[in-house]
Amino acid sequence: MLEVQQLSKSFGGVKAADDITLSFADGSLTAVIGPNGAGKSTFFNLITGALKPDSGRILLNGVDMAGRSPPDVARHGIGRAFQVASIFPSLTVHETMLAAVCADQRRAGVLHRRFPLAETRDRAEHAMEVLGLAGKRDRTAATLSHGDQKLLDIALALVLDPQVLLLDEPTAGMGTEERWRMIDKVHELWERQKITVVFIEHDMDIVFKIAPTIVVLCYGRILATGTPDAIRQNPAVIEAYLGTEHHAEAAT
Amino acid sequence: MTELRAERAVESLGVPRIEARSKRLRYVDALIAVAAFAVLAMLPFLFSSKALLDFVIRCSAFGLFATSLNLLVGYTGMISFGHGMFFGLGAYGFGLIMQRAGLPIPIAFIGTLLMTTVVAVVIGAICVRLKEIYFAFVTLAFQMLIHSMILSWVSLTGGDQGLRGGIPRPAFLGIDLSNHMHLYVVSCALLVIGLLLMRQIAQSPFGYTLRMIRDNASRASFIGIDVWRAKLAIFVLSALFASTGGIIMCLFVSGAYPEFAYWTISGEGIFINMLGGVTTFLGPMVGTVLLLILNDTVTRLTEYYGIVLGIVILFFAIGLRKGLMDFAVEWYEQRRDGAKERAR
Repeated sequence: MLEVQQLSKSFGGVKAADDITLSFADGSLTAVIGPNGAGKSTFFNLITGALKPDSGRILLNGVDMAGRSPPDVARHGIGRAFQVASIFPSLTVHETMLAAVCADQRRAGVLHRRFPLAETRDRAEHAMEVLGLAGKRDRTAATLSHGDQKLLDIALALVLDPQVLLLDEPTAGMGTEERWRMIDKVHELWERQKITVVFIEHDMDIVFKIAPTIVVLCYGRILATGTPDAIRQNPAVIEAYLGTEHHAEAAT
Repeated sequence: MTELRAERAVESLGVPRIEARSKRLRYVDALIAVAAFAVLAMLPFLFSSKALLDFVIRCSAFGLFATSLNLLVGYTGMISFGHGMFFGLGAYGFGLIMQRAGLPIPIAFIGTLLMTTVVAVVIGAICVRLKEIYFAFVTLAFQMLIHSMILSWVSLTGGDQGLRGGIPRPAFLGIDLSNHMHLYVVSCALLVIGLLLMRQIAQSPFGYTLRMIRDNASRASFIGIDVWRAKLAIFVLSALFASTGGIIMCLFVSGAYPEFAYWTISGEGIFINMLGGVTTFLGPMVGTVLLLILNDTVTRLTEYYGIVLGIVILFFAIGLRKGLMDFAVEWYEQRRDGAKERAR
């Protein structure tokens, strides 16, 4: 169970996170939406230790994560993927997975044995299988397609066997068809792995279709949380966000 | 092209095989090392030239130094402009221990490495948090600091005269390093063992952690890697090999001079890496041999050594944008793929 309590962070005078209190039940799937600059990525950065909150607590099963370093948070079981696929360009898919499992098993510093270690094999294999990257195992990450790079980024988070998986716009930069494939993958992942997934998404069709719970952020504050239906009918959300953008998106 | 190559690799590379292969490669490395050592040890019997042996000893010293620099530059993406300080530290540390304390050589050797470790941990702890250019220049600053300490602490280091009067080289375990042949064989052994150890570092899980840091340090931290610690570890490890290079140099010239700790040594290390290439493990070793040959021939022909070297640097940096070994590997891969293509 991931609980965020009164989380705040400001940059100069701008409040990027303003008294955010949320809880994500184990095995839940939550979408975070909000206009640009709403503080969605900041929210992820705070949880994963990339930013230190000014105040507030981030409890993972009761243990406070606030102020810990990114590797520390990762080792506690919070994995994340990035808006722009964050991968290791010169490593192959297979090497990337094996090295990530090594890191998770605290074997990243092993000097006396050769890479890859036998004990990292199965989990790396599993992660590639799950994300459909097994066929591209010997491609270097830089030569993968955009979509596959995004999948590899997610695989990097998934291979750590996280309790909570944070996906920052898994469909960013994709065409409509590719988006749906990606989001189906995410959904399938969530169902299969039974982990807590929180994802940021801009495409409202996707959000309303697959997310049982939606969080709307605006200017660092929580504007609303609830089921898709509740969010759709929430006057504050319509005014601040859906009203304009949804029409605009429908028009394009 | 790359895609084709990758597809083919997929067919032939099962997972169990990759492990078996990596284990096999370990033996292959060891075999190559033994073979290389055997060849080097045979050289004196084939050629009676003392100059050749001197050349190989210098190659050992600079080869260890340059390859250790490549662990930072090529594998971890940390471009140090001050790596030469550990070369100088090795030479001075070893020379001083031998001159002042008169300990047996193996103990002085270990003592020098311990001292290097302490210095490298302190300097590394300050430097490795810094990014790219800042890291480069702060390491350079530390190098200058050590260099000026050597110059000004005359009572200990002999100042700009260096450690003179010869380094005592008492025999140990039947090895007498004041004998040129013995020195030659020990240098070769240190080179081969050093390279083998560095190869192991590069191919270990830690070596892959370094590659991840080079490619994308921030991502590495989000999968639980303590980037700072890993960088410090490789900084210290590579300092140890650079220091070993300095020890060989100290034994070879039977002294230590401030030039060993001057920034130009670091510059030469970087140059060797550019010359040989940083994408292959042996690139720096090839670069070392090239640079020393270049050095020896050019200084014999002209006093404008700097101009010639400068032109070669420009040629590699701007013209080729790669080291020699990078080219060799590319050429080999193309040929191999071509041959496979024809075979189909």
